[in-house]
Amino acid sequence: MAEQTARFQVFRGETEAEGRIDEYTVPVSAGMVVLDAMHHIQGYESPDLAVRWNCKAAKCGSCSAEVNGKPSLMCKTRLDHLDLSKPVRVDPLRTFPLIRDLVTDVSWNYHVNKSIKPFTPVDDKVDDWRYYQHDVDRVQEFRKCIECFLCQDVCHVLRNHNRKDVFAGPRFMIRLASLEMHPMDNADRIPFIKESAGIGLCNITKCCTEVCPEEIQITDNAIIPLKERVIDRYYDPMLWVLRQFGFIR
Amino acid sequence: MSLSYESHHHDVIVIGAGGAGLRAAIEVSAQGLSVALICKSLLGKAHTVMAEGGAAAALGNVDPEDGWQAHFKDTIMGGKTMSNWRMAELHAKQAPSRIKELELWGAVFDRTPDGKISQRAFGGHQYKRLAHVGDRTGLELIRTLQDKGIHCGIDVFMECTVTDLLKDGDGRACGALAYWRESGRLVTFSAKAVVLATGGTGKAWRITSNSWEYTGDGMALAYQAGASLMDMEFIQFHPTGMVWPPGVRGILVTEGVRGEGGMLKNSEGKRFMFDYLPPETKHLFADTEEESKRWVDSILAGENTDARRPPELSTRDNVAKAINSEVKAGRGSPHGGVFLDISYQDPNRIKRKLPSMYHQFKELADVDITKGPMEVGPTMHYTMGGIKVDPETQMSAVPGLFAAGEVASGLHGANRLGGNSLSDLIVFGKLAGEHAAKFARESDSTESAIAEDSVKTLVDTLMAPFERKTEGPYEIHRDLQEIMQTKVGIIRTESELAEALDELDAIEKRVDAVSVSGSIQFNPGWHLAVDLRNMVITSKATAWSALERRETRGGHTREDFPNTNSDFSGHNSRISKAEDGSMEFNTTEKPVMPDQLQALFKEDNK
Repeated sequence: MAEQTARFQVFRGETEAEGRIDEYTVPVSAGMVVLDAMHHIQGYESPDLAVRWNCKAAKCGSCSAEVNGKPSLMCKTRLDHLDLSKPVRVDPLRTFPLIRDLVTDVSWNYHVNKSIKPFTPVDDKVDDWRYYQHDVDRVQEFRKCIECFLCQDVCHVLRNHNRKDVFAGPRFMIRLASLEMHPMDNADRIPFIKESAGIGLCNITKCCTEVCPEEIQITDNAIIPLKERVIDRYYDPMLWVLRQFGFIR
Repeated sequence: MSLSYESHHHDVIVIGAGGAGLRAAIEVSAQGLSVALICKSLLGKAHTVMAEGGAAAALGNVDPEDGWQAHFKDTIMGGKTMSNWRMAELHAKQAPSRIKELELWGAVFDRTPDGKISQRAFGGHQYKRLAHVGDRTGLELIRTLQDKGIHCGIDVFMECTVTDLLKDGDGRACGALAYWRESGRLVTFSAKAVVLATGGTGKAWRITSNSWEYTGDGMALAYQAGASLMDMEFIQFHPTGMVWPPGVRGILVTEGVRGEGGMLKNSEGKRFMFDYLPPETKHLFADTEEESKRWVDSILAGENTDARRPPELSTRDNVAKAINSEVKAGRGSPHGGVFLDISYQDPNRIKRKLPSMYHQFKELADVDITKGPMEVGPTMHYTMGGIKVDPETQMSAVPGLFAAGEVASGLHGANRLGGNSLSDLIVFGKLAGEHAAKFARESDSTESAIAEDSVKTLVDTLMAPFERKTEGPYEIHRDLQEIMQTKVGIIRTESELAEALDELDAIEKRVDAVSVSGSIQFNPGWHLAVDLRNMVITSKATAWSALERRETRGGHTREDFPNTNSDFSGHNSRISKAEDGSMEFNTTEKPVMPDQLQALFKEDNK
């Protein structure tokens, strides 16, 4: 029996304009994933193919790319889930500036993270902090995030409108939610969430939730509750009245 | 090529940004000094992220009778008495404070019913001791340190690979040469102290749980700079890696599966671990499946029990060898492993306690672990050996050069206990940072001690592969992995180790002549060519140390010397660079444990 093969059309180049699509034929083995195919290309055909990867087990979020146009982790995209009668197209994340081949410059995300007020404990003596599992189930859901930035890649505010100047993106909405909902945190990030993070720009199309490899309910569990907190603070007429008369702050 | 590079000056540089590197950098910063953190990957992607089961610390939240003494004893016994006693003592005493500190910095560990940090059982630990977050504890640890670190004024240099350490005229570490992976441009760092936290060298083996970064960089850098490598023969083969499909072979299956009651079975359905318990620890484990089941039931109910632990929770070296023996005896699973089964438990509990294992098997292997067993087999997982350091300060033999975490040696001896790695990172990361800062503060060295002409030679060597037309790095890497996998694996013999050393010499010559195509911009072929230089050094060090240890102990098993021999218990093996530039083997006396600590072991025998 002839060895089964698959064809891959991989973006190569250092700029969008001068980039090209190269086609490679790769032998297919059981359970193979797209990242295996990229490694085969590196190892046997094109040693300088630029790919980011680390754990190969969907735990580090390094090997993000667009497989047949869909933002995916290459390490968990199985070939037997793809139509191999046609070439498989592999592109870099399109929302971030290209460095080379499948590698993009994601440093903007690190700048956003730095602008977020860090965890601020209610008291800094931790000999015996007590809080309960049900208090933190939701926070732990957000802390599963592996920073693959697929949600950032697919978010239309960032991808189509390129509003990185005014919108932090879904990854940092869940970071903010994990801090805001932490039972021992004492900081107020609501003004930041409204103004700098630009939560109002999200119109809850849930594209981010769909691509999340950790299956975090980004929109329902993080973004919508944060929107509610912003609304309570700034737009609730009753609270506005109470605030005017000094009953609450 | 012309010698142009950017330069940076800091009081301290930290190389490697996993748990140990981040913790060290945070400490340097807390001491008020400037610090650069240099890492090969993006921040937060280091191998720490892969740690699953937990961090060992005698908090006593679940088993109140636990304490540092018990943790100390477990570490020494798990390491087959080869650990540095002082490092094991510091580790056991300080781990609880380091874990609580993480909570103060925002980490969210799983809770006990009364709201404290929950702790789970693990191999070789007498008590339930591992603080954990499901099976993604490493992610929690690295993200917590990362989010703390970025607000501490640390200068982070991501995707920047250090190729050489630099020393000043007095022989002190004074900086490093590196390249940006993105652009290929060169960069020098000058500093008054250097901390290495680059992890292990798993990528020298074919079947490994380690990522591409694990190429022994720090060990090789330190060796080249004149430091010693200790205990390099002790390699941990984790008993449970995935064996199928081929693309994921070696990927880790957390010991947490066994900690939560997972059973190991052979093709005949037999729980074989009952037959493989070493006589000296047999009394600590359940005798029967019934007793083992009572222990699991108590875990599920969150109650205490007088039942002893299941035999699957023996130490990793022992379980790995047992699996190896079962497969060799023809009682393996279809793809050359054995079965690990937790599917008898409530599916929702499995998904809650082991969520990433559930997804990993479902998505990569089409196996639903709530319905059937996993197939698992040994995978190269951890380097117990590494840079020889002073236990109090973590400084190597090179003044101003410090090391912490997997790159250093001493804590784990001949075999590391699960959960002792994450705690190692934060305990010794902090100590290395503290003492590097102290060294830098007291140093009289002036900035820009870096000599231009020495850098030029290093740069020429670094760039030479682009000028050659020989063979590429991937082929050499495959051949290196084949040698280490087949001849320096779990079971070793004199003749194979000697062959491996000869073959590694040939690999070394090929690495010296390697060629690279393409440009210097984000070129993985070139990156591998540079990493190969390091893997050759660590591989030779491992093979040689393994050849000289003519006994079986922990993560070093000799078919020709199957017993542990007390003639080998008083010294550690040591690899260093001789004056003529060749590698040399020696031994170093193991420091003797003081009486009051030895007395802890005697209490057991009453």
